[in-house]
Amino acid sequence: MSVFINKDTKVIVQGITGSTALFHTKQMVEYGTQIVGGVTPGKGGTEVEGIPVFNTVSEAVEKTGANASVIYVPAPFAADAIMEATDAEMDLAICITEHIPVLDMIKVKRYMEGRKTRLVGPNCPGVITPDECKIGIMPGYIHKKGHVGVVSRSGTLTYEAVHQLSEAGIGQSTAVGIGGDPVNGTDFIDVLKAFNEDDDTEAVIMIGEIGGTAEEEAAEWVKANMNKPVVGFIGGRTAPPGKRMGHAGAIISGGKGTADEKIRVMNECGIQVAETPSVMGETLIEVLKNENLFDKCKTH
Amino acid sequence: MNIHEYQGKQIMRDFGVSVPNGYVAYTVDEAVEAAEKLGSSVTVVKAQIHAGGRGKAGGVKIAKNLDEVRTYADEILGSTLVTHQTGPEGKEVKRLLIEEGCDIQSEYYVGLVLDRATSRVTMMASEEGGTEIEEVASETPEKIFKEVIDPVTGLTPFQARRLAFNINIPKEAVGKAVKFMLGLYDVFVKKDCSVAEINPLVTTGDGDVLALDTKLNFDDNALFRQKDIMELRDLDEEDPKEVEASKYDLSYIALDGNIGCMVNGAGLAMATMDTIKHYSGDPANFLDVGGGATTEKVTEAFKIILSDDNVKGIFVNIFGGIMKCDVIAEGVVEATKQIGLTLPLVVRLEGTNVEDGKKILDESGLNITSADSMAEGAQKIVELVK
Repeated sequence: MSVFINKDTKVIVQGITGSTALFHTKQMVEYGTQIVGGVTPGKGGTEVEGIPVFNTVSEAVEKTGANASVIYVPAPFAADAIMEATDAEMDLAICITEHIPVLDMIKVKRYMEGRKTRLVGPNCPGVITPDECKIGIMPGYIHKKGHVGVVSRSGTLTYEAVHQLSEAGIGQSTAVGIGGDPVNGTDFIDVLKAFNEDDDTEAVIMIGEIGGTAEEEAAEWVKANMNKPVVGFIGGRTAPPGKRMGHAGAIISGGKGTADEKIRVMNECGIQVAETPSVMGETLIEVLKNENLFDKCKTH
Repeated sequence: MNIHEYQGKQIMRDFGVSVPNGYVAYTVDEAVEAAEKLGSSVTVVKAQIHAGGRGKAGGVKIAKNLDEVRTYADEILGSTLVTHQTGPEGKEVKRLLIEEGCDIQSEYYVGLVLDRATSRVTMMASEEGGTEIEEVASETPEKIFKEVIDPVTGLTPFQARRLAFNINIPKEAVGKAVKFMLGLYDVFVKKDCSVAEINPLVTTGDGDVLALDTKLNFDDNALFRQKDIMELRDLDEEDPKEVEASKYDLSYIALDGNIGCMVNGAGLAMATMDTIKHYSGDPANFLDVGGGATTEKVTEAFKIILSDDNVKGIFVNIFGGIMKCDVIAEGVVEATKQIGLTLPLVVRLEGTNVEDGKKILDESGLNITSADSMAEGAQKIVELVK
């Protein structure tokens, strides 16, 4: 088991003919992901890397039976691409694109209300279930199959955490990057809920950063509902207030969204928070040992 | 992106939202001319800088005649204002807004922001105008009223009306307040604002409802479709290194330390700063080279880091995903050659194409200290700049 994606997930790539999309399509295929088609309006009927290209998402779904889409479409058109995937009743749409205008995302969220598609992202690295399916831009080789779930607002910090776990012999069930934008699809609680219900996940690493209050809300949820250990990390302890730290959502404003406040609430809710990003793995291992889960999670 | 108050008011005027009449002035003569044109009995001389708290710092004066306009304009233009938002170094005033005075009855607060919890735009209003909204929120939160806006309908008249009544706008002015709020929301969505704050909104003796102050910020990600807003950018108000970085689509923020950082990904860039600090070092900047960096971009990033005289060493920390390590490595080599780098350089590479990247660095013959982890790299650079 795993969350959101597995070896049976059939994926189409929206914007497949772009250079970034093409590079990562090849990497996904190499990893073993079932890439069954691509969409680029106007290029329907052609092929890239042996993958059929369609003009519309609904046509791609009809011809290939795809149930997930990964979106690399440029920012000005990405919101429309997400809605197109939603209209085609995909189970999952993963949007890698960064720099989508906030007002576009507000409309997208409204459009998706009551529809079946789950959106992950935008501005995220994607989702990977090791050895089964990789959808996104993460380097596949650092992941190992196992029992720790990873959820993060930052792409590169996800890699950092996964790398530390794999090096220590701790595999991952699924790693989910929820993205660094203030308006996104799947949030921490959605992923924690999924990990909580997943038989293959024994513990979770949750990586947050400054800005907003998503980590605090997730911590409260963990305290009330989670029956598996969760450890955390918050990036941006040394970030100055009022400055947007790269991610559109990473900003301390009006004294809200500081790392210290998030860490305080997480600790209060029973989440052990790693002191530095370099000890995310160690912190988890310590907790696994205390909970007698280490042997179960030691996969290689 | 931020703009000046006078620019924000012009945008509001273009959308039919009430603001006092006024003109921008770059010189004392222009200020007096503007006041003559306004012909009002009282004229307000307002410093235009991208920071709040101007009134308290002496940047806003009420003039009763043209002589006073001249005196105040002369006093404020070229002076340096220090407010709680400028930092201790303050900001030099290069532009003034010359505005007609009005007969203020009451002051209110109206603002539009993104509510992250609901993923909707929210209008906030309060009868505590003139005070900072954060202060009102912490001391008298019951005086702040909110309306969450459905993007399909936009702000509805009943919501605006409810806000107006809740903040005790006199009932004869409610119609005008509603029109004001609807207009402000229109500006917000049509111009891709990230924040629109009217503090204070005032009712006047003539029964008008006006924005006495206006703060509009814009979503950087939407500027591609807001060309006229982009033209309002005032580079004098920004850190020159940040301006240079933005030309190359690099996300750079200047800090006070001496260790230059070049990282991919915002989260890792923040975590790198945190780690340097953890080992008692001091980062000189936040720099996210982003996912689509080219050799040219990396070279520019290096130049920007080195243009900060405080920098005594550089730490490059890359975990390649969308970013390929070989591209970073080529950029590092190219930049080092171009600039003739003499400062210590620690590089940590991991992720996509890491072997190619390491090979490029090894074969370059450059004096680069390599590190296998973020912690090791941070410790090494902290040691090297001592």
